[in-house]
Amino acid sequence: MKSNSRLLSAPYTVWMTIFIVVPMLLVGYFAFTDKAGSFTLENILSVGQYSNVFLRSIWLGAVATVISLGLGYPFAYIIAKMNAKRQNVMIMLVMLPMWMNFLLRTYAWMTLLEDNGLINSALAAIGLPRVHMINTAGAVVLGMVYNYIPYMILPLYSVLTKMDQSVIEAAQDLGANGRQVFLKVVVPLSMPGIISGVTMVFVPAVSTFIISKMLGGGGNLLIGDLIDMQFLGSAYNPNLGSAVSLVLMVIILICMGIMNQFDDGEVNEKGGMLL
Amino acid sequence: MKKIGGRIYTFLIFLFLYAPILVLIVFSFNDTDTGSRVVWGGFSLRWYRKLFEDRLILEALRNTLVIAVVSAVVSTVLGTVAAIGINGMKRLPRRIMMSITNFPMVNPEIVTGVSLMLLFVSAVRLFGGRSLGMGSLFAAHITFCLPYVILSVLPKLRQMDPNLYEAAQDLGCPPLKAFFKVVLPEIMPGIVTGMIMAFTLSIDDFVISYFTSGTTQTLPIYIYSMTRKRISPEINALSTVMFGAVMVLLIIVNVRNGREQDGPKRQDL
Amino acid sequence: MKNTIISLKDITVSYDGEQVLGGFHLEIHDGEFVTLLGPSGCGKTTVLRTIAGFIKPDAGAVFFKDKNITDLPPHKREVNTIFQKYALFPHLNVYENIAFGMRLKGRNEKEIKQTVHEMLSMVNLTGYAHRGISQLSGGQQQRVAIARALANEPKVLLLDEPLGALDLKLRKDMQVELKKIQQQTGITFVFVTHDQEEALSMSDMVVVMDGGVIQQIGSPTDIYNEPKNAFVADFIGESNILDGVMLEDYSVRFAGHTFRCLDSGFGRNTPVDVVIRPEDIKVVEPDSTLIIGDVTAVTFKGVHYEIIVDVAGFKWMIQSTECRQVGDHIGLALTPNDIHVMQKSEYSGVFGDYSTFSDEMEEDRNASDEADAREEENPVKEERAEREEKDNEI
Repeated sequence: MKSNSRLLSAPYTVWMTIFIVVPMLLVGYFAFTDKAGSFTLENILSVGQYSNVFLRSIWLGAVATVISLGLGYPFAYIIAKMNAKRQNVMIMLVMLPMWMNFLLRTYAWMTLLEDNGLINSALAAIGLPRVHMINTAGAVVLGMVYNYIPYMILPLYSVLTKMDQSVIEAAQDLGANGRQVFLKVVVPLSMPGIISGVTMVFVPAVSTFIISKMLGGGGNLLIGDLIDMQFLGSAYNPNLGSAVSLVLMVIILICMGIMNQFDDGEVNEKGGMLL
Repeated sequence: MKKIGGRIYTFLIFLFLYAPILVLIVFSFNDTDTGSRVVWGGFSLRWYRKLFEDRLILEALRNTLVIAVVSAVVSTVLGTVAAIGINGMKRLPRRIMMSITNFPMVNPEIVTGVSLMLLFVSAVRLFGGRSLGMGSLFAAHITFCLPYVILSVLPKLRQMDPNLYEAAQDLGCPPLKAFFKVVLPEIMPGIVTGMIMAFTLSIDDFVISYFTSGTTQTLPIYIYSMTRKRISPEINALSTVMFGAVMVLLIIVNVRNGREQDGPKRQDL
Repeated sequence: MKNTIISLKDITVSYDGEQVLGGFHLEIHDGEFVTLLGPSGCGKTTVLRTIAGFIKPDAGAVFFKDKNITDLPPHKREVNTIFQKYALFPHLNVYENIAFGMRLKGRNEKEIKQTVHEMLSMVNLTGYAHRGISQLSGGQQQRVAIARALANEPKVLLLDEPLGALDLKLRKDMQVELKKIQQQTGITFVFVTHDQEEALSMSDMVVVMDGGVIQQIGSPTDIYNEPKNAFVADFIGESNILDGVMLEDYSVRFAGHTFRCLDSGFGRNTPVDVVIRPEDIKVVEPDSTLIIGDVTAVTFKGVHYEIIVDVAGFKWMIQSTECRQVGDHIGLALTPNDIHVMQKSEYSGVFGDYSTFSDEMEEDRNASDEADAREEENPVKEERAEREEKDNEI
């Protein structure tokens, strides 16, 4: 099987070359050329004008990631402690909303957060002042957390539930109390889950354009919106759009590089099996 | 005490996850002329009637399903074959193949989307042909489904006893037959998982479709245009129908899985 | 000298409504190497985990010296455990694994460093301090686990089948090493195993368990030479167990004849089980002895031949350095010293002669004839044969 099987992946290699490698090269090409097709650095340089957009995206994405981790870790921990049957039900319930189109889920928050939406109507009904929520940065973060928290919970749950119970017992046996066991053993051992959770939330959060459009109004332009505008929007300029995309990719690569620093080689080997 | 705290916490998280969906569902039955999403005007199925009379929605649904089926099948066949190839590779080429496979999974979707758009637009400009539409959607969907198929088939190949295939041949089975009789049944669970993932990812995809669809409508794109323009409770009805469909599907799958055996826990990412 | 360090009083433990231990009593003396021996599911690991504090008994109490520690959580007990699969912390290197317990106690770095190095040299791993856990072999991981537990200066070390995952040669080496460490440190070891040879060669005291009940406690030689009932006799080594009647003191009747023996105190005409070890039986000419039979099987075992002899339908196992042919008519000679008389117990009749063994083989042969080359049959048979082979080896 081994000898001639390598040829089997040839169609795949060709496919991925055409639809992944070439398009990426095109992004590079467009980023460094002008409309006439001659080399220029102007696109890349003008990305600098949008540094506030980049900072906002990274900031909101980071806040959403931290909140997701903060909310998701205890939740995953609680689930992992349940008996097997209930665990399956709980995980099903976490995944179920993900199977619903995320535009619809985000739209649902619009109806809740609007100035005369359900939450405000409810507040008014009990005599409290209305709160302006839609079209704020907070609403965008909320939308990010809502949409991406399952991607945080699932990998965390997966490491926590697979964690070797005897290692935890060994720590207790050696004199660690509940808190020490958690900090010195459980958290370090769940690092691969934390890293994949953080990546899986941060990457889509930082590059989203729907959530900011639907919940953030016009005032919370993110990188995704910027790219969208250059390709399908009013500001049509694929060269600038490609440059922004390239910078976005670089930022994400850097972030992931930093994340992987937290993960030392050995745990990584174990974490690799998670995929 | 600790247990109660845990329960309350779990409940609050689920409330957060499900409250918006519940609101959508409730208001899909709202009888109102103004299309208000807040005031309850009594029970009615009018938005469902309207939904099923909407020719555009039905066409978008048809497109979505056609694309999902085609891309799931193509990516499953192509991906399974590729996984077998990759599994037989030496270390270095395998690592290269895996990097290419992993790339679209870590790359922001929007970047994949615009890069494919650039490819299709450039191709049209260079070679002529029709502009973006079903063709480009097929290509794009197959592309982003492939890695998921490979990553669900590959572990099954790794787990497989390498002597199985040799044993079959040893017992007189010709190679191709040995593959279908021995290898394929072993990796079938991975193939099925990959195919289901490909199908659902394709149905659900918005970002990449958005950049590669041209004027063709898929359901998520249509939903997007609805949220942009007229906001009508029709969309609530649509959400409810889709949610119901997913629920039924999941229950069927789960009951079936449960009956088969308690089995290894699937990793549905 | 023999101070009790751990005592279990009236311990009852159930899992999911199924009682594993009921009214269990055990006293462990300071400085001894105690082995809990029994087949899987006999409750030996439960006893160990109860001592460690991972299981809280439904009833009864655990005492450490004179202190009731039943409600003390594991991290406050002065006992440490070597886990079956080592349970080393994969995110820490060898040094940090061993230092784990001392860091929790807030020892200073200098002290920690010194102890870690002492421990490493004790388990022959000097120079491995900065290795990662995954870079170690099974035997090395095992030794790190031992060092990690000992660094915590436990009063009692609990070992849960620690050698089970090692290959035969390594296991033998580790047996010697563990025994040496125990003698060096003088720490009480409570060792759980299902391997009777391991138990006999390492322990000061063996506790044979089955069904959550202690069948016999004693020194390895006592257990082997004077098994209390058919279970112990069968579990420890090979034995021919015969139905007999104690006619009077020093006189027992079995296999159709009356023999002199060294046992007394059973009363007159009391039904008993008679144990005869295969290595005690001498093969003689048929006309010079009472027990006469035909050889039905001979297996070469290296040190000796294992000969199955059919004596009026009862199959005896004999270990002899002399080779015999199948079909030979031979006599079996016994001296009073070779005959061990045991009280009848619930196990009487469960373990009998070696005919069950051959019958089973016969059945398999018939079954496989019928099924011809049905593939599924093979692994089962093979496994059984392997198991039997292993039993016979011992």
